[in-house]
Amino acid sequence: MVQQEESLHDNWQPLLESLLARGRTAGADLVEIFLEKSDHLGVLAEQDTITSVNPSFGRGAGIRVFLGERDGFVSTNDLSESGLNQSLEQALSMLGLQSNDAERSSFDGLPKLHDFAIAKMDWLKNCPQLKQANERLLNGTNLLARHGTHLQVRRGSYARDWQEVLVAASDGTFGRDIRLHQSMGLNVLATDGEHRSSIGRRYGTSSRPYDLLEWDADGSAQDICESAGKMLYADYVEAGQMPVVLANRFGGVIFHEACGHLLETTQIERGTTPFSDKLNQPIAHESVTAIDEGLTDGAFGSLCMDDEGMEAQRTILIENGVLKSFISDRAGHLRTGHPRTGSGRRQAHIFAAASRMRNTYIAAGPHTPEGLISSIENGLYCKSMGGGSVGPTGQFNFAVEEGYLIEHGKLSKPLKGATLIGEAKEVMPRISMCANDLELAAGFCGSISGSIFVTVGQPHIKVDSITVGGR
Amino acid sequence: MFSEQTIKPINLDSKALRDKLSLFAEREGIRQWDLGAACSKDCSVQVDRGEAKQLKGAQRSSITVRVWNDQGLVGITSTSDLSDTGLQKALIGAYRASDFGNVNDIPAFSSLATAPLPKLDRQLRPAQGIKRLLELLKQAEARLLERHIAIQTIPYNGLAESISKRIYLNSDGALRQIDCTNASIYLYARAEESGRKPRSGGAVRLALGSQDLDIDGCIDEAAELTISHLNYAPIDTGRYLVCFTPDAFLDLIGAFSSMFNARAILDGVSLSQRDSLGSKIAVPFFCLHDNGLHPANIGATSFDGEGTPTQKLCLINEGKLDNLLHSEATARAFGVEPTGHAGLGAKVSVGPDWFEVSSTENLNTTNNHLHHNSFAETFVLIEGLNALHAGVKPSQGSFSLPFSGWIINQGEKVSIEAATVAGDIRTLLNSIEHMEAEQVITHNGASPHVWVNGLSISGEA
Repeated sequence: MVQQEESLHDNWQPLLESLLARGRTAGADLVEIFLEKSDHLGVLAEQDTITSVNPSFGRGAGIRVFLGERDGFVSTNDLSESGLNQSLEQALSMLGLQSNDAERSSFDGLPKLHDFAIAKMDWLKNCPQLKQANERLLNGTNLLARHGTHLQVRRGSYARDWQEVLVAASDGTFGRDIRLHQSMGLNVLATDGEHRSSIGRRYGTSSRPYDLLEWDADGSAQDICESAGKMLYADYVEAGQMPVVLANRFGGVIFHEACGHLLETTQIERGTTPFSDKLNQPIAHESVTAIDEGLTDGAFGSLCMDDEGMEAQRTILIENGVLKSFISDRAGHLRTGHPRTGSGRRQAHIFAAASRMRNTYIAAGPHTPEGLISSIENGLYCKSMGGGSVGPTGQFNFAVEEGYLIEHGKLSKPLKGATLIGEAKEVMPRISMCANDLELAAGFCGSISGSIFVTVGQPHIKVDSITVGGR
Repeated sequence: MFSEQTIKPINLDSKALRDKLSLFAEREGIRQWDLGAACSKDCSVQVDRGEAKQLKGAQRSSITVRVWNDQGLVGITSTSDLSDTGLQKALIGAYRASDFGNVNDIPAFSSLATAPLPKLDRQLRPAQGIKRLLELLKQAEARLLERHIAIQTIPYNGLAESISKRIYLNSDGALRQIDCTNASIYLYARAEESGRKPRSGGAVRLALGSQDLDIDGCIDEAAELTISHLNYAPIDTGRYLVCFTPDAFLDLIGAFSSMFNARAILDGVSLSQRDSLGSKIAVPFFCLHDNGLHPANIGATSFDGEGTPTQKLCLINEGKLDNLLHSEATARAFGVEPTGHAGLGAKVSVGPDWFEVSSTENLNTTNNHLHHNSFAETFVLIEGLNALHAGVKPSQGSFSLPFSGWIINQGEKVSIEAATVAGDIRTLLNSIEHMEAEQVITHNGASPHVWVNGLSISGEA
């Protein structure tokens, strides 16, 4: 009998083998079981007070059964033996299958557990205590007050997400991992009469229990206050087609939205990517090399194994403008033929894994950021980006949080209210210059398998022409 | 062959839950607590060119426990583990979190947590089962694909049905519970003609049960929209007379709902102030209500996260800010009663239920010639706004949003290839030229078509 408070370890092996054997005996091509325990803490500081402390914890299972290219998926919070059996039966019956105890199983059992978690058992315990987190956040909002002017609202937030997962599948997958993500954010609303600006920055890492204590709150607060001050009196951007330079770090959201999503095999399955038949063909300017990987130490999108039990790897998506690989999960491999890349990811057990990005970035180029700006007569410099999205026909958009006019090769006045829109097929060939200052930034990506931790990144890049929406 | 599968009723006994919590709380010396619980069971299907693609089932449960410690400070903890162990752990976790409760803003039980609830006429509909859902969605997909040769796939589709239960109870004896069923279908088609860019369009329908879904209407709307976008052209950047469809206008007003939110006002992130009630924020013929009890609100519940009854509330009357959305704590701060718009937490969130936009009775403009089906001059009809999460600045009032829609001239309708619309919500609400007579019910509210002049549109021409 498995105890609820126990770790998800190989003591689950007999029950998991029994479930997998029943699924295979029923005629399933493959059965996959994902078990999860989670522990979350969210803290909010406003002005000089902690205003919200939100702890939560959970557990659950997602059971997926494949038959041909179809699959049935059932999730449950009930981790008892009967609860898991019931969920398996439900998933099987969705595909017209029924378990039969009289039949002999073709499943040979699970191998020894591939345990990535063993060295991480003390991670949760080593995270900052609530009192420490509160003090750190209040220090952050205090620093905002020290560095800023006209600040009507100062906020700091801390989130700690701990997750233990155990993945078992009838193809012999049997892996366990512990993941830890922490993020710290500061944001302000500055007001002066009718003028308003809101600026925020987030810092996030994975696998580093002590990271909150190493967060450069002062540097972050100074950066935010400087930007808020500049944007407070900024003019609205004048709309039109123009060249833009996108800053490094979170500027990488352009590649994430404009191209990264379209390289996920789920998009090939749906017929919603223009790149499905472009493998080994040029899809971007020759200056562009793009990578998706799960290996960078401490990065938000890094992982030892994906949510289908496959070890992380480094995948070159585009090399010198030529499409080299797609981002693929188990179902993507089955349905499109593209090999798995360790990219099967999900927010939690309630979602079936899907092909999703990890740390995704454009590689550094030979130019300097100043070189990019000086090459433009009239254009827009996007220092800080908001969120974005991509639609079913490949049209993408994202908001510019902090922009500056480029005039005669130099930065001039601050501009606000810009939204960049375009189509991947058209924009990727227009990324004509990449600088030598690659940096990554933590973010969250919401898609069919929920909201997941990702990294976007790039050096400064120049897009020769893009539609800038404004007033 | 697919097995018949229907969703079984939810077995969560609110009285048993209350008794357990009372016992555990007494054991821990906790005298004041409350709890919100939600459980659901659902199943859904997706198809791809006549074949089942993914079939899903889920059983979900969650509770949030809130406790007051001896100093009167509040802490919470949430969990999906409804076992006895989980409940005890949540209670203890909340008690520990209460050490860090905010002394300046302490929530209390809603004074209306035991007041009579409004009667909701929402029949519980039996589930049809996954086999029937799959049949229906395959048929819907096939019929939509037949509508036009350019419609090649329905990349985003789904049919789902669910049964759910919500509970609120507290240590003062409040006990609220409600059972609901609902179903949804969405169909988003992708169409492409030779040498042209792919275009898309879609529709959504909600109902209390899957047997009640207007699937024909969903197919018709998805087909009509998708086909209407095949004839597209870029638009010149400039200022235009714009007509928002009810869906688009409700999305826009919803994105700026912090204007009516007392929590946001107290936090300093709203465009409104504490003394804004009675001030003019829109044209005199504009009215806005929040009405979670509207018969068309499929997701209606009779109480909020604090057990306060749901009600219809006038937010803007004849262009003036009339009321705000409140939780218990914000209502206390403003000296009014809670309005039934609270979540449950240490810092309680506040949000709208279901907006109804209407014209002031007997007061509209003389611009009756502005009608989206008959107006003869050039205007832009905005059907849907995209990326609201990125392009709206609620605390600043500004928006810059990609949209789908058409430019219409002398009745000729041309889809706009790619464009953004930008403006300021305060200016927009005070620049409404006309509201059409017919109020249209959508899945997230009710509104007529709304006309605004001089909005800035950026295009690729």
